[in-house]
Parts: sequence; C-alpha cells; structure tokens
Amino acid sequence: MTLNVGLPLLVLAMPFVSFLLLAIVGPLRRTGRGAGLVSIAAIAISFAAAVFVWTQGFVAEQTWTWIPADGGPIATVGVLVDPLSNKMLVLVTLVSLLVQIYSLAYLSDERPAPLGRYYTYQSLFVFSMLGLVLAPGFLQMFVFWELVGLCSYLLIGFWYERPAAARAAVKAFWITKLGDVGFIVGIVLLWSATGTFEFTELFEKAEQSALAVPGLALIMFLIYLGAVGKSAQFPLHVWLPDAMEGPTPVSALIHAATMVTAGVYMVTRTEPLFALVPGVLTLIAWVGAFTALLAATMACVEGDIKRVLAYSTISQLGYMMAAAGSGAALAGFQHLFTHGLFKALLFLAAGAVIHAVGTNDIFRMGGLFRAMPQTGIVFIVGTLALAGVPPLAGFFSKEAVLGGVWEAHLAGPFLMLAFTALLTAFYMFRVVFVTFFGRAHAGGHPHEAPWLMRGPLWLLAALTLAYGIWLALHGGEPSGEAPAWLPPLSIGLALAGFALAWAMYQRGAIDPVRVAAALAPLDYLARRRYGLDALYAGLYRGILLGFSRLIGWIDRYFVDGILNALTALTLRAGDGLRHIQSGRAQDYVYGVAFGVLLLFVWAQVWR
Amino acid sequence: MIGLSSYLVLAALVFSIGLFGVLTRRNAVGILLGIELMLNAVNINLVAFARYNGDLIGVIFTLFTISITVAEVAVGLAIVIAIFRVRRTVEADRLDLLRG
Repeated sequence: MTLNVGLPLLVLAMPFVSFLLLAIVGPLRRTGRGAGLVSIAAIAISFAAAVFVWTQGFVAEQTWTWIPADGGPIATVGVLVDPLSNKMLVLVTLVSLLVQIYSLAYLSDERPAPLGRYYTYQSLFVFSMLGLVLAPGFLQMFVFWELVGLCSYLLIGFWYERPAAARAAVKAFWITKLGDVGFIVGIVLLWSATGTFEFTELFEKAEQSALAVPGLALIMFLIYLGAVGKSAQFPLHVWLPDAMEGPTPVSALIHAATMVTAGVYMVTRTEPLFALVPGVLTLIAWVGAFTALLAATMACVEGDIKRVLAYSTISQLGYMMAAAGSGAALAGFQHLFTHGLFKALLFLAAGAVIHAVGTNDIFRMGGLFRAMPQTGIVFIVGTLALAGVPPLAGFFSKEAVLGGVWEAHLAGPFLMLAFTALLTAFYMFRVVFVTFFGRAHAGGHPHEAPWLMRGPLWLLAALTLAYGIWLALHGGEPSGEAPAWLPPLSIGLALAGFALAWAMYQRGAIDPVRVAAALAPLDYLARRRYGLDALYAGLYRGILLGFSRLIGWIDRYFVDGILNALTALTLRAGDGLRHIQSGRAQDYVYGVAFGVLLLFVWAQVWR
Repeated sequence: MIGLSSYLVLAALVFSIGLFGVLTRRNAVGILLGIELMLNAVNINLVAFARYNGDLIGVIFTLFTISITVAEVAVGLAIVIAIFRVRRTVEADRLDLLRG
C-alpha cells in the first residue's frame, strides 16, 4: 500500500479510532472534557494528514473485496483519492476541528457525561462524512450516507430532554430517509443495469457511451432524490430549519462541512453520469434555483438568528445544485467549499451571540457591536462573503455559479438566482443591523466569548478572506465565458440588498411593517413556510396515522381477537371440566365402573 | 340340573348389588358390606367354574379368598371403629381430613 492510499486512510481512521475509544472506554467518555481532547487530537491529526494529501495532490484508488462472488466481487470498499475528495477532506476536517474546539467552550455548562457523548457522536459524524467523501463506489457511499444521517439525528437530538429537539431530530431523520429510499433504489437499478457500483468503471462506460441502458434518466433521477433529501432541496428542505434545535456548533457542522454538503458532493462526484441525462440536469437546475429563491424569501421574515442562517444554507445549497444542474458542477463544488468556510464562521459567530445574550430572537438583541466587537467583525466578514462582496471568497464562487448557469442558457434559474443574490444581501444585513447595531434590547451584560470560541472565528474569517484573495489571483474554477457584465451586476445586487436593509432596519427610512403590509400575501406565505410543513403534517396525519390506526385496529381486534377467543375458550373449558375432579373416592369409582361398563358394551357390540 | 350361566348371572347380580352399595352408601360400614358382596360374587364364580371344569383349583382359590376377606373385614372394621371413636361418625363424606 503506497503513501497515496495510506495517508487518506489515516485521515479516515483517526476519527474512527477516537469514536471507538470513546464509545468503548466508558470512564474516558464520562470525563467530558477529556473525551473532547481525545476527539480533538484525533481530528487534528486527520486534518494535518488531509492538508498534506491536498498539497501533494495525491491521486489513487484502492479497493478491497467486500462481497465476493464468481467473476469478480459484487461490492468493494476502499478509497478514491483525487483532487475533488482531497479538497473535501480538508474542508470536512478543518471545519470539524474548529467546531470541536469551539464546542469545548460553548458546551462548558454541560455535565461531563453528555459532553463525552457529544464528542463520541462528533467523532462518528466526522468518520462517516470522510468515508462518504472517500467512497469509490455507490454502495460504500450509501452506507456512510446513512451513517451521516444517523449521526445528524443523534446530534440534532443531543438535548433530547427537550421535546422540540427530539421532534426535530426525528423529522430530520425521516425527511432525509424519504430521499434515501430513492437513492438506494436508484443505486440498485443502476447496478442491475451495469453490474457495478464503482465510480471509475461507471465513468469509463459513460465515456465510451456504453451506458445507454434503458431508464437511465429514471435511475439518475432516483439517485438525485437522495441528494434532494440530504441537501435540503425543495420540497424536502423542511427538516433543515428545525435542525436548529441542536447545539449551535452542531448546526455549524451540519450546514457547513457535513450532511447537507453530502448531496452536492455526490452529484459533483457522479457528474459524468448526470451529464448523460440532460433532462434530469435541467430539473436539478430548476429545483436548485427555486429552492434558493424560496428559502431566501423565508429567511427575510425569520426572526430566529439560527433559522435565518438555516434558510440561507438551503438557499446556498440551491445555488450549488443549480450549478451542478447547469453542467458547472465544479463551480458548484467551489461554492460548497467557500460556503463551508463562511457558513461555519457565521454559525459559530451566531453561537457566540446566543451564548452571550441567551436568546435566538434577533429583535431581542440589538446594539451588540459595542459589547462584542470581535464577534461583530467576524460576523460581518461572513455576511459580506455570503452576500457576495469582493474580495471575499463568496463573491468568486457565486460568480462562477451564476456564470455557469448563464452559460447553460437557463434564463429562468439565472433570474431566480440573481434575485436571490439581492435577497441574500438583504436578509443577512437585516440580521447584522438588528443584532449588532440599533437600540440595545438585551438585558444583562453581553460579553465577548472566551478565546476558545473566538480563535476558530478569527481563523475562519481569515481563511474566508485569504481564500477569496487566492481565488482572485488564481481565477478559481473556470466559469466559462462569463459575460463581462456579470461581476458588476452581482456586486450591484449585493449593494442593493445592503442598501435596502440599511434603509429599513438602520436608517428607518422605510418602515418594515408597511413593507410587510404591502406584500401581505407573500409575507403571510413566507411566515408559514409556504404551508409545506402543514402539508407534510397533514399528509402524515392523514395517510400515515390513518394507516397505522387501521393496522392497529386489525392487530387489536383481529389478531389479538383470535388469541383472546382461544384463551377464553380454554379457560371456560377448564372451568367446566374442573367439576369432574370432585375429590370423592366414590365418584371416581363411578367413573371406573362406568368405564368398565363401556368396555363391556364395546366388547359385545363391536367385536 | 342348574346350568353354569345361572350361577354366573347370580354372581353378576350379587356383584352389581355390591357395587351399588359401594357407590351409594355414605356409611363406611355399608361400603365394607358392599365390598364383601362383590368378593362373594367372585367366590360364587370361582366355585361355579370349579364345578363346571371338574377340578378343585377354583375351590382352593375360594378358600384363600374367604380367609383374606375375613382378614380384610377384621382390619376394615377395626379402622372404622377407631375412626368412630375419634370423629363420632363413620360417614365417608365427612372423613375428608386428607382432602386437598
């Protein structure tokens, strides 16, 4: 085994070792902070190895037989190391490392045992995501895909004593499972059509146009469904805002580096296959753009700082998917990378704010910039990056996405995404103005977060800036022949959004209430999340509960009924027969005499 | 000459009367008497068959039976008397100390 394979395997193994250690050695886990340090040490080694792998540009593939069969194994496990997975490894390990360090301070009030549990889950989560990233085939990807789903369930429901958190965890699990059903059906169909799960083999066949199997469009659509669930695309995006019930660092991890990016990564990874079915690609682009717009409008009316960020995540995932659907998957992946950096930054900064004021409601914050200037600055850096202001990283990647969509002549999605850019700037600066400027509402004395939390924030802010400058110098992913008017347009849109937010929430020139009144129907719909949650709840009650009630009825009155009847019969029969056993010797002699008589009769009549 | 079957019918009748006594009597002495009748029905059978076969085996058996019966009645009546001294009754239904 060469170094090319060994080091990525080390990256993968470290979190797993840490997970095993924490899961098996109970006393270590129950130390809480000690468990955290173990987990952080493991992920730090992982991160160092990942950076080395990335800078060296390793390329390798190694597989081992998993399910052997005649004529080659049915399924294999292994690692596929290429520029795409290298970059993703760095992002995942970096964000996880920073989140885990940050959590030490953020969750310092937790008792040791839950804290140890938290770090155990964290290690497993990172391991699952890394396994997904390195997967050389669909089957391994699916296994880790499900593991990621399980871990997100565990972490969202970390505070499982709170009913809202438990519900959110179950919701996240079930909604993503809806997509996963499509995913596995697609995988199996693809396997039965081509006989392989391996990416490289599939890509080779795709290149030789040997993949013209009937129903490929359906297969790819089903596989795409998995990404719809995981990456929170319309209409399966409803779990993500609720996932905010977990601890803030978990939200940062889920939304920046893991879980939601898995769908985009999968589409990017299997882009050669999706390229064969232009119809599905167009659908992906439209759904992505629509998701982006829809989520952005919901973010504009949301008052919970974490939920605003959640909607913005959905919105940005829409961007990435739209890029993938336009055939510019690498531009989408680049946006994933930059988004991972600044969204982790935003979430962790929001966590610092929540930690300081003890509420999620932005209208109960206000004037926090004076109390916590460092957090304010990094939050504004993240906001600028998300709004797409040069020279921050978000500008270039969003630019590439828009260029890619324009290139594909998808006018509708392009317009939606452009309008979303305006809304993005608006809702993010709305949060900034309401939270950090304006009148102070918060009681108590908000204070700057401890350095364990500030350190990751500054690091991420610096990386956002540095990566943006690096992109500016090196050009980043080629976004094709993007029209010259695109950069001024997107800057203009961002500035317009900024100006609108400033006018409404800082200057007070436009009264937000009157704007809401003017757009009353839209406001009403957006506040109720376009009724999708209600729709799902209704469907759940109507179909699932109805079906369950039917099954329950059958079980209670039919299946149980038979058994109950049998037991009742046995009891009654026993009750009746009990009288035979009178305990009087003479009665038994009666029986004997009668039996003998019967024998005589039998002997006389039948012989 | 009276035929074998007449003896057998007589024996069956005596046996049935004895059985009836055992089944219906509540008095322990009555039950013992019933048992005696059943045993004597057997004796009649044995003697009848001995005569019919022209040998003495049945008669010898009968002698044994009579002596065993005597012993049995002696022991049985002794038990009944002992019980009567303690319980002041020999009603079989009320001698239920061992009943579960």
